[in-house]
Amino acid sequence: MKAPARFWDFNKDISGCGVFGVLHKKRGLIDGDMPIKAMCTMHDRGNGQGGGFAAYGIYPDFKDCYAFHLLCETQEGLDNAEAVIKTYFDIKESQPIPTRRTLAIKNPPIVWRFFLTPKEDRPRWKDASEADYIVSVVMLINKDVKDAFVLSSGKDMGAFKGVGFPEDIADFFRLDEYKGYIWTGHNRFPTNSQAWWGGAHPFTLLDWAIVHNGEISSYGINRRYLAQHDYLCTLHTDTEVVAYLLDMLTRKHKLSLRMASYIFAPPFWDEIDRMPPAQQEAFRALRMVYGPAMLNGPFAILVTNNTTMMGLNDRVKLRPLLVAEKDDMVFMSSEESSIREVQRDLDRIWAPKAGEPVIAEVEA
Amino acid sequence: MAADHRFVLDAEGLYYKQLNEQIREAVRNGHKAIELRNVRGQRYIANSLDGEDIDILVQGVPGQDMAAFMRGPHLTVYGNAQDGVGNTMDAGEIVIHGMVGDVLGYAMRGGRIFVKGDAGYRCGIHMKAYMDKFPVLVIGGKAGDFLGEYMAGGAIILLGMFSEKPAEVPITGRSLGTGMHGGVIYIRGEVPAYQLGAGLAAKELDADERAFLEVQIRDYAAALGLDAEAILDAPFLRVKPYTHRPYGNMYVGTN
Repeated sequence: MKAPARFWDFNKDISGCGVFGVLHKKRGLIDGDMPIKAMCTMHDRGNGQGGGFAAYGIYPDFKDCYAFHLLCETQEGLDNAEAVIKTYFDIKESQPIPTRRTLAIKNPPIVWRFFLTPKEDRPRWKDASEADYIVSVVMLINKDVKDAFVLSSGKDMGAFKGVGFPEDIADFFRLDEYKGYIWTGHNRFPTNSQAWWGGAHPFTLLDWAIVHNGEISSYGINRRYLAQHDYLCTLHTDTEVVAYLLDMLTRKHKLSLRMASYIFAPPFWDEIDRMPPAQQEAFRALRMVYGPAMLNGPFAILVTNNTTMMGLNDRVKLRPLLVAEKDDMVFMSSEESSIREVQRDLDRIWAPKAGEPVIAEVEA
Repeated sequence: MAADHRFVLDAEGLYYKQLNEQIREAVRNGHKAIELRNVRGQRYIANSLDGEDIDILVQGVPGQDMAAFMRGPHLTVYGNAQDGVGNTMDAGEIVIHGMVGDVLGYAMRGGRIFVKGDAGYRCGIHMKAYMDKFPVLVIGGKAGDFLGEYMAGGAIILLGMFSEKPAEVPITGRSLGTGMHGGVIYIRGEVPAYQLGAGLAAKELDADERAFLEVQIRDYAAALGLDAEAILDAPFLRVKPYTHRPYGNMYVGTN
C-alpha cells in the first residue's frame, strides 16, 4: 500500500512507561488524589496494559505489622496462601482489599490483605533475621502456591497494581481514600514481557517498592545472580530484579543506597580512569565484585522505602527523569507537566545527571 | 503583536487531541496569532503545522514532541519544554524561555530553536542541512551527553551561561559530536578534550564563522531579551570533523 499524501497527519500513538513519585519530608499526609492526577497527565505514556501505585503511611492502625497484599487468581490460591501464612505468622487482621466495581477493570483477581506478626516459635528459618524470615515466606508463596502472589510485604505500606491505566487501577482500589507520606505511581507500556496483574509495577519486597520506565536488558544475568543468593524471580517481568537486588545490596551487604546505585549504573571505565586514586580503587572494586548486579539497558527508576525515595537513570540517560522541590515535598517524574499538574509553583526543578542518584529522605 | 489581539485557547483539562484539533481549526479560520494557556503536557503541539505567518504563544509546559515536522510557524514558550521539541522540524522558529528536556531538534533540517536555559541529553542529533535549509540550535545553558551526535549539517551554539547546574558541571557531557560528519558546534569557553567524539577538532573561529555566530547571537539575545555583547564577550571554539566526509570509506571501500 502506498502511503497517502500528507501521511504524517495520520494517527500514530507512541508510548513509553511513565513514573511519578512524591515524598513529604515531615511525613505530612498526601491525598491519593495527587499521584492519581499526576499519572493522569501521563496517560499516553502507557497503553492500558498496566498501572500501579505504592503508598507509605497508609496503615497507621497496624504500623507494627507486616502488611501482606495478595493477588490470587482463584479462591483456592488464596486459601492455600492463607494456610502458608498461618503457619509462619500470627494474623492480626485479614480482609479483602477494598475495591470499587469499575467498567474499565475487567475480570479482576481476588485481592486480599493480611496484617501479620511473625510467629514467636517459628516452624522454619529459626536463626534467620526477622527480615530474612519475611523474605523467605514471600519467596515460598510466590514460588510454591499456585495462583497466589504477594504484591507487597512491608510495614505501614502497600502496593496496588493491575492491568489497566493507572487512573482506572486507582479507581478500582479506591486510592482516593488513602493518605500517605510517600507515593509512587506507574503507567505501563509493556515491551518485552506479558501484561498481567503481577507484572504491573511497583515491584516490592519488605518495604522496598520500585517503579521503572525502561527495559532491564541484563535481566537474565541479574536473575541468575539473585538465584545464587536465594532470591527467586516469579513475576515474569524484568523490573522484579531491581527490588531483590536492592534488598540484597543494602540490607544483606550493608551498602548505602548511593553505593547500590553506583553498582546499578556504574561510571564508564574511562571515567573511572580520570578519578582520584582512592575513588578509582573503590569504583573498580564495585564493578568487579558486583558486575552481575549491574543493570544494563535504558531505565529511569524510582525506588522507595519507609523513609526514602531515590530516582536513578541509566548511565547514558535513555529515559527522562525530572526532580522538583516545593517546601517539604520532593517530586520525581518522567514529565515536568505531571508535577505542575499537582503543584503549579515549584522552588526548584532539574533533570539529574545520568547515573547520578537523587535521594530524598524523610526527616528523622 | 499585542496579546489582546491573540486568539486564546484554554488548554486546562483538554486532552491533546482536542487541543491540537482546536489549534488547527483556529489556523483554518484564519487566525495568525494564537495563545495557548494552561498547557500541561499536551503532546504534539503545532506538529507539521505549515505557514510562516503563524505565531503561537504557549503558556505552561508543553508535552512531548512539540513542533515535530513543523514548517514555518513561530512558537514562543513561557515555561520549560519537555522531550523531543522540534523533531525533524523543517522551518520556523521556536523560542523557549526556560529549559528543555532530551532530544531537542532531533534530525532537524531547517529553522531555528533558541533555548534560554539548560538542555537535556541527545540534543541536535542527526541535524542536517540541504540547499537553502540550514538548521540552527542555540542553547543558553549547559547540555547533556551526545550533543550533536551523528550531526550532518547546520549549527549548534552552546553558551553555558544561563544554567541551573552547579558551576563545576562542564558545559557539555561526554560523546560530544560522536559520529559527526558535517555541520558545526560552537562552544563558548572551553571543552575538555576527552568529551570530544572521535575525529573531531576544537579550533578558534575564522572571520566567516565569527560573523555567522554574531548574527545568530544577536537574534537569540533579541528574542530572549538578553545582552548580545555580554554573550559575545568571550572566546568561542568551534567543533568540526578534521576532514571532509570522515566516514566516507566506512562501509564502502574505495581503494
